[in-house]
Amino acid sequence: MRGRAFALVAALSVAGCAAGERPQPSATPAVERVPAAVRDAFPSRYRAPAAPKVALSGATVLTAAGDEIANGTVLMENGKIVAVGAGLSVPEGYAVVDANGKWVTPGVIDAHSHLGVWAQPDSVDALNDVNEMTDPNTAQVWAEHSVWPQDPGFDAAREAGVTTLMILPGSGNLFGGRTVTLKNVPSVTMQGMKFPGAPYGLKIACGENPKRVYGGKGRSPATRMGNVAGYRKAWIDAADYARKWDKWEKGGGAGDPPKRDLQLETLAGVLKGDILVQNHCYRADEMAVMIDIAREFGFRIRTFHHANEAYKIAPLLAKEDICVATWANWWGYKMEVFDALEENAALVHAAGGCAIIHSDDPIVVQRLNQEAAAALSSAWRAGIRISKADAIRWFTANPAKALGIADRVGTLEPGKNADVVLWNADPFSIYARAEKVWIDGGIVFDRGDPAYRRHSDFLLGQPGEIR
Amino acid sequence: MTCRLLALAALAFATSASAETIAIVDARLMTMTAAGEIERGTIVIRDGRIAAIGADVAVPAGARVIDGRGGTVTPGFIQADSTLGAVEVSQVPTSADRATHSAAISAGFDISLGLNPDSILLPVARLAGITHAVTTPLYDDRGGRDLQFAGQAAVIDLAQRPDMVTRPRAAMVLEMGEGGAERAGGARGSAIVALRATLADVRHFAANRVAYDRGEGRPQRLSHVDLEALIPVAEGRMPLIVKVDRASDIREMIALAREEKLHLILDGAEEGWRVANDIAAAQLPVILDPLADLPRSFSELGASMENAARLHAAGVTIILKTGSGVAHRARELRYGAGNAVAWGLPYGAAVAAITVNPARVFGVADRVGSLERGRAADLVLWNGDPLEPLSQPQAVFVEGLEKALTARPLELRDRYLPSAR
Repeated sequence: MRGRAFALVAALSVAGCAAGERPQPSATPAVERVPAAVRDAFPSRYRAPAAPKVALSGATVLTAAGDEIANGTVLMENGKIVAVGAGLSVPEGYAVVDANGKWVTPGVIDAHSHLGVWAQPDSVDALNDVNEMTDPNTAQVWAEHSVWPQDPGFDAAREAGVTTLMILPGSGNLFGGRTVTLKNVPSVTMQGMKFPGAPYGLKIACGENPKRVYGGKGRSPATRMGNVAGYRKAWIDAADYARKWDKWEKGGGAGDPPKRDLQLETLAGVLKGDILVQNHCYRADEMAVMIDIAREFGFRIRTFHHANEAYKIAPLLAKEDICVATWANWWGYKMEVFDALEENAALVHAAGGCAIIHSDDPIVVQRLNQEAAAALSSAWRAGIRISKADAIRWFTANPAKALGIADRVGTLEPGKNADVVLWNADPFSIYARAEKVWIDGGIVFDRGDPAYRRHSDFLLGQPGEIR
Repeated sequence: MTCRLLALAALAFATSASAETIAIVDARLMTMTAAGEIERGTIVIRDGRIAAIGADVAVPAGARVIDGRGGTVTPGFIQADSTLGAVEVSQVPTSADRATHSAAISAGFDISLGLNPDSILLPVARLAGITHAVTTPLYDDRGGRDLQFAGQAAVIDLAQRPDMVTRPRAAMVLEMGEGGAERAGGARGSAIVALRATLADVRHFAANRVAYDRGEGRPQRLSHVDLEALIPVAEGRMPLIVKVDRASDIREMIALAREEKLHLILDGAEEGWRVANDIAAAQLPVILDPLADLPRSFSELGASMENAARLHAAGVTIILKTGSGVAHRARELRYGAGNAVAWGLPYGAAVAAITVNPARVFGVADRVGSLERGRAADLVLWNGDPLEPLSQPQAVFVEGLEKALTARPLELRDRYLPSAR
């Protein structure tokens, strides 16, 4: 515990430097004494923008904290939400945005994206850095080291209200590597987008993909049972590695520390609870097996991704407090997604679980609100009563929980980061478009601003439109 | 609303449209004919045919009345560039008949043969108001990338009946641009030369059939089956769907079609808006995905959400589709049309682009794509705006047959519904 507390102090001090200069190396390499998994080797260099006082007035506000507020006012100041309510009077000093007839929601959060790591033009192999399919266990790779911030897909997503994304490695391996959570701000560097303090995730993949990739190469895993053997071996190794570090730390850091191993460091970070498990897993029976593996080795699964059969075990997932990130419309492209339903998210929600509509796609990320509308519509068709005030959570508050950043974003509540979208219509309508988008109170997209230009350098001087 | 839907669904199970009179009353009717949009009207369907349609139509005595208040009736939607009926699970090759890698059969591939009316995908698409699809061959490049043509598309209905082909061999499918260049040796200049050479071969074959039958024709790159299939294309009788995106590729194809007297349909055309006036002047219809707004290749740098609106404004006949070769996700067609409206396409033009436009372009407008007296009923009653995800169909008729509002996913849902509630 002592070591862990020390690590937290170290992490905080580094995070505190995010807005300033890179920390100077100190005389004593204290960093060597920090448990490696929580060390911040590629720190966020995100700088919160200058955030004027802004009041959105007269809108229908979906807070994602349970309310739909008619004639609502949202006040932003210093990058934070300071007040949300019906017909609030606007104090002095606020720039008022007339939002009559319009809708306001929290910034859209995509819990499953490959923007930047499989960038546009995505038919170009040179820009495909998503899947390190050289070994079934590549827990040592980090998605952030593949992120190309010039991906035009980031601009398209921002114009659709997406303010935060989790970027994952692909699903070809049992352990695909670390995820990274990004703020969808224009930046030349990955570090400039990195969400300060957001926990890392570990991408794990079930089912057909790993067994197809490695079975096709004549090696394990070639079957689902091979997949499970692969997970368990890795966790045994990780537990061993974690014990060695614990022993060294309990010894007061005397003597040489164990040699760092990037692969085991990430897995051990999961066992310590610092890194969240983001598990690509379609079938209900496989999810149940993954839950038992987590129990065997003493970690938790934060989210099942795609999880198109979650509806078959919705009460179990609710009881285990595991989020389900899924689509409404995708199904049938392979055997393990044959039983997918439009109602999947709604059935998870109705069982008291944490339902998320995610994209996994550079087009769908631009309309997560519409994908959620299709899911909501299917719920109504099934006679399941879910309000828009609840369904808005599917692409805001619930992904914030899945990403471990719910204390900062995902709802419009006082104290939360001012990540806000102003829509020209009900976001559950097909005709709604994001009009203005704020991140930490700074405006990052304004459809009405003639000076707005896309950030990506790629399309500059080419036939594509840069606004 | 839900109870009403359930009641309607039960009713749909219990009855068939034949030998029965049905009246859909008080609905907005989008006829897609000269009659235009009727704000509040009635459709009478007798024995599966539209017996009357209009604002002042009396409900016949004894008719089953479907209350359309607040709803809209549209013609059944048509999903272009689809593989419905030719695939069950995309990654299970034995469940798919979408493409051939036979070296001897490319243009000759006739997708209308061997379609599966029992496909569980058909009722799923129907629940999204789709009653017909243009089932279109894809490429399978495993046999070497030298196949010029993917094969011949067919218009099918989604009624799930043995005779599901509305129009076989409705068009030939050819990819040019990047894909065509790859199959022709790696360069566009090679692909265009290969296409011209093929057309010359086809014409020579057509003019010298007797000699070829005696085995005396000149050597041909393509098999006789392929040459045979291409004769109507070379003679301009069969439309040629050409998949191209880059503006320069579109211009090349316009010029080639003019010289070779081909009947072209452009497919993809993501940079179509950049040459909209050329396309309009050549009177070529365009099939496009309204959501394709990313530079996914160097041929699609100009991709734009406003492609549909700009082409329409230039006077081009547009057909909206969902992706390429869509099957499972066909149900998103109406959402794509809604997005096109959000990005400037007039509402009526968006509905036309998924009904009457594809019906005309693929030669089935006498049967589907509009609401007209005397026709077999091919229509959908929606409980709201058909392009909105929050709307759902309340009744679906496919060429005179009323179809139950069920599908395998809904049966699965009902199996698991109680535990979730």
